Amino acid sequence: MTMSKRKTLGISLYILFVLVPIYWLLNMSFKTNEEILSSLTLWPQHFTLANYEVIFSDPSWYSGYINSILYVSMNVVITLLVALPAAYAFSRYRFVGDKHLFFWLLTNRMAPPAVFLLPFFQLYSSVGLFDTHIAVALAHCLFNVPLAVWILEGFMSGVPREIDETAYIDGYSFPRFFVRIFLPMIRSGIGVTAFFAFMFSWVELLLARTLTSVEAKPIAAIMTRTVGAAGIDWGVLSAAGALTIIPGLLVIWFVRNHVAKGFALGRV
Amino acid sequence: MNKTENNKAWFLVLPVFLLVAFSAVIPLMTVVNYSVQDIFDQNNAYFVGAEWFREVLRDPRLHDSLLRQFIYSFAVLAIEIPLGIAVALMMPTKGKMASLCLILLAIPLLIPWNVVGTIWQIFGRADIGLFGAALNGLGIDYNYASNPGDAWATVLLIDVWHWTSLVALLCFSGLRAIPEAFYQAAEIDRASKWAVFRYIQLPRLKSVLVIGVLLRFMDSFMIYTEPFVLTGGGPGNSTTFLSQTLTKMAVGQFDLGPAAAFSLVYFLIVLLVSWLFFTTITHMDKAK
Repeated sequence: MTMSKRKTLGISLYILFVLVPIYWLLNMSFKTNEEILSSLTLWPQHFTLANYEVIFSDPSWYSGYINSILYVSMNVVITLLVALPAAYAFSRYRFVGDKHLFFWLLTNRMAPPAVFLLPFFQLYSSVGLFDTHIAVALAHCLFNVPLAVWILEGFMSGVPREIDETAYIDGYSFPRFFVRIFLPMIRSGIGVTAFFAFMFSWVELLLARTLTSVEAKPIAAIMTRTVGAAGIDWGVLSAAGALTIIPGLLVIWFVRNHVAKGFALGRV
Repeated sequence: MNKTENNKAWFLVLPVFLLVAFSAVIPLMTVVNYSVQDIFDQNNAYFVGAEWFREVLRDPRLHDSLLRQFIYSFAVLAIEIPLGIAVALMMPTKGKMASLCLILLAIPLLIPWNVVGTIWQIFGRADIGLFGAALNGLGIDYNYASNPGDAWATVLLIDVWHWTSLVALLCFSGLRAIPEAFYQAAEIDRASKWAVFRYIQLPRLKSVLVIGVLLRFMDSFMIYTEPFVLTGGGPGNSTTFLSQTLTKMAVGQFDLGPAAAFSLVYFLIVLLVSWLFFTTITHMDKAK
């Protein structure tokens, strides 16, 4: 067998390993609970959309998806807004305490969310933000902002300084240069950063669940209620799980070319 | 790149500084505050100094979950980093197939963590899950809900399934950033596959691997949701990692003082290990 054939076989096997559990979830979501519990079938014998109907017909179910998408989008926007100028500062200037500040930022990425659970709850309750989307978005900044600064700084360091200098000589002010010239040059970096911010905010449950009760409750927390007195409603649980994969798929679809183009990430 | 000295750069960093100070420093101070007091209710709090720290450091629950945590995190790194590099090397380099592979590989990363737990909870069950049924069909007595070894292995397998893609995607991006000329030069020199990997690809992957190793270390060290959904920390305590011990203490038993002291010890351990990684790598850079 040639090298390239072995590679294709290897990657196919790995992708199979990734997809089979997901297929199983999809498979279950189209089955009735009787079929799930009675026998092991490789594909739905009695194909049904009833599980999805339960979710789309009940506002307390589908509002979970809306809540999650709302706070994740807010988080991505806030993260990018504050991280872009900071990453620029780190990549271009030396200033008092820069190295310490950079490492301090990273330490926040290392803080286990479990540590912050209770103080966050108290902090956001005391400022009246408990059970709002913005509270979760701000809380998720704790780990997303440091990561965003780190990734963006790498991309920005790849842009030669001469570009900045030429722009200033041509009479661009800093904000105009930054928005008109600099940001378009690091498009890929922004795409990759947004992907990471989206990803870590979308998948996080512990903080999101603690900071919300009704109004902003994420879908992941709502899913736990499929566990009822009569046992677990496997069909609806699978359908709800399958639906949580879709937003992520859309995001990776939009950034795939940025990732495929490659990035080396300067710093470290 | 040589940077200019300019303290006005602080203005650019200020928004990040304020945001993180609000969402990290204030809560952290609250934790520090709890860790040195005995709190009965709103108005009755006594300063107890380092007593909670002494109590927590002697607590066998902390020792057990710490040991379990270290073994787990190192197992995660030892499997996912080499596997991730291998997957990245096997991926098609360009075209539609490359995009397709990227998308398929990224799927596990974008599934909420408790759904990941749910997927495997179903997949691993002997009665309704393909994986559990297949293993039992092969004559292996597998049951993650009752056998501690199986539960531990399942949590590890979930992590590999879930996160190897991250390492693979980072490495894939790093590999794409290597100029074609490097490979051409290697071909002229008749370098072996291994030499190309060792002297061209691996050094160029260093920066993405640092991010990969650090992220995987930190996140596996904070793992909470997947074992919580899959086994609830059991059977026994076999999958009770640090975060879970902590939340049980803080939320379950409402032992604020010891829980806060535990939090700080926990945080310091993550910080120390990450700092070791970070400085070792920075020094390796300078040595060159």
